[in-house]
Amino acid sequence: MALLESRTDGPALVEDRFVRLADDAALPAEGAVLVSLVRFEKERAALLARKAPLGVWLASNQTPAAISNELDRLALVALDFPVFSDGRAFSSARLLRERYGYKGELRAIGDVLCEQLPFMLRSGFDTFEMKSPKALEEFRAVVGEVRVVYQPTGDGRATAIDRRLGRR
Amino acid sequence: MYHYDEYDHALVQDRVAQFRRQVERRLAGELTEDQFRPLRLMNGLYLQLHAYMLRIAIPYGTLDARQMRKLAYIARRYDKGYGHFTTRHNMQFNWPKLEETPDILAELASVEMHAIQTSGNCIRNVTSDQYAGAAEGEIEDPRIWCEIIRQWSTLHPEFSFLPRKFKIAVTGSEADRAAVKVHDIGLIMRRDGAGQAGFEVIVGGGLGRTPFIGKTIRPFLPKEDLLSYLEAILRVYNQLGRRDNKFKARIKVTVHETGAEEFTRLVEAEWLQIKDSALKLPKQEVDRIARHFEPPAFRVLSKTAPATEARIARDRDFAAWVRHNVAAHKVSGYAIANISLKPIGKPPGDATAEQMDVVADLADAFSFGEIRVTHAQNLVLPHVERDRLPELYDRLAAAGLAASNIGLISDIIACPGLDYCSLANARSIPIAERITERFADRDRLELIGEMQIKSSGCINACGHHHVGHIGILGVDRKGEEHYQVQIGGSASEDAALGRILGRGFSADEVVDVVEKIVDTYLAHRNAGETFIETYRRIGQDPFKERVYGAA
Repeated sequence: MALLESRTDGPALVEDRFVRLADDAALPAEGAVLVSLVRFEKERAALLARKAPLGVWLASNQTPAAISNELDRLALVALDFPVFSDGRAFSSARLLRERYGYKGELRAIGDVLCEQLPFMLRSGFDTFEMKSPKALEEFRAVVGEVRVVYQPTGDGRATAIDRRLGRR
Repeated sequence: MYHYDEYDHALVQDRVAQFRRQVERRLAGELTEDQFRPLRLMNGLYLQLHAYMLRIAIPYGTLDARQMRKLAYIARRYDKGYGHFTTRHNMQFNWPKLEETPDILAELASVEMHAIQTSGNCIRNVTSDQYAGAAEGEIEDPRIWCEIIRQWSTLHPEFSFLPRKFKIAVTGSEADRAAVKVHDIGLIMRRDGAGQAGFEVIVGGGLGRTPFIGKTIRPFLPKEDLLSYLEAILRVYNQLGRRDNKFKARIKVTVHETGAEEFTRLVEAEWLQIKDSALKLPKQEVDRIARHFEPPAFRVLSKTAPATEARIARDRDFAAWVRHNVAAHKVSGYAIANISLKPIGKPPGDATAEQMDVVADLADAFSFGEIRVTHAQNLVLPHVERDRLPELYDRLAAAGLAASNIGLISDIIACPGLDYCSLANARSIPIAERITERFADRDRLELIGEMQIKSSGCINACGHHHVGHIGILGVDRKGEEHYQVQIGGSASEDAALGRILGRGFSADEVVDVVEKIVDTYLAHRNAGETFIETYRRIGQDPFKERVYGAA
């Protein structure tokens, strides 16, 4: 599994500093951890008392409203794609960025299809768990393949309307 | 009609290049069919019973002569010399070669066409009224709003992996020729108390396995809020729609299970949050798009059409064609001419390359180059001088395109069925062909009058059987094709779902059954009554008795 980060200067393979904890795994004394929403809600105080960065992952049927008041305490929010065709996380991502103002790392996990990367970037994701050994090449091949966007989203890209009206 | 600007062109061309790379990877064996499947579906390429099928979008059913000639060229060069117009303004080619599909898409891009989002669980080709811009009493040309929706929905980052496919229809008239109440979202243009134009928003209609007539969730939406409101509906649906069962994944089930009132509340709450966002349509952009739909340079014509009147008086066939295929135009001296793609004994909606070329030439000669595709799988020349109808008729007749049966019993909607489709349980086209043969007699056709038969080869209802006056559904019964018959449906402003008559029939019996239903209507009707009016007055029993015998 590779972790890809989209940076202003392009994509990069990065080290995953978070350990994804199963719900029944012991909480380590140190180190960044990624926990489920259920575990976060159950052990909130203990998790927040740790000095290390904390991440929460949401299943595709869990709404980001559940963590909207916790976002400034979180260093990572991960959204799961149980299968690539389950597109609920696209809405969750946009809500996190555009409605709740989340500024931290937003990661796509699960069945991430490389052709979805442009949509994921537009929805606000910035890191991607990729199965393919050629993830970096795939990212470069796919992102930017289509130069025009019609929809305004939180990524701030100039839309066709913006460009027509000379707004940007 | 709309013409691409540099941005629209760039998007479609990029998309072609992208698909070409994907096909190359598939052909080189770098992608398995399983991996390739979601990619080809994003460009309307299906794997059918015998071959690939490419579905091309004809946005809101409008095309010009140049585009029609391109479709003819593709039919000839890349297919078997014909194409099939569907109930959603699309054109399907049933025999393209995989390695040539990128070339077909490149050909399409050269005339501002594409196959984007003609399949997959995304927002599909927006459909509309085939008389848009020509019909009397229209609030505005709905295609302005269709084009705005087309752009907004194209490669939408949030809504490309919805629970299920999503279909939007828009009409600008009271008369509903676009079946808006059986769409995921139906938009009807309305005026508010102050005379401002906007939309009635209807959600959750649909056919398929569980048919529903849509519910109005907002009686009036100001125009500039269209996209934010659509985005609110889609966002609620994307989060709430069922993902555990594809047969319950359409928004009609979401609305039904959530309750229309609660669903409306959720949409309105979401909308309040995004109403004043960047989705609010700038007037300049709406005006820019509207300019593309300004009326053509109509001539000032006399109300009378002496050549046409004289021909009607002496030529019974021409008179029938005018009566059934020609509709009133908003401009004096002009008419709307329908071209039936339902000749006797032929598959509904099919057109040969030669016929497509003829229609293109006639569009140039008679209708400012404009052509429309209807959801009933016919074509329309929207702006014809009324007194040139005889000339147009003769040229249509020479090309085998003068069937005078629009709205009559032989104007059947049928899906491709088991002859082509991998989902079908039964054939649909041969049933339709045999019905047109049975009712070929012109006097009888006239006697029966307005009648819509709709036929689907499986429960997915691509042939809209639920909303046919007579609906025929092909099912599989122990390996045999079997047909259920229902009556009383309507797809118009009085939309209604038909009711099943009783036990089903074999392929051999079904045409006789249709005839018995028709005879029952003729026996019971009051003067001037259409089939659907008689049905609504007398109910199902007399039909049942005639078909099954007295209980």
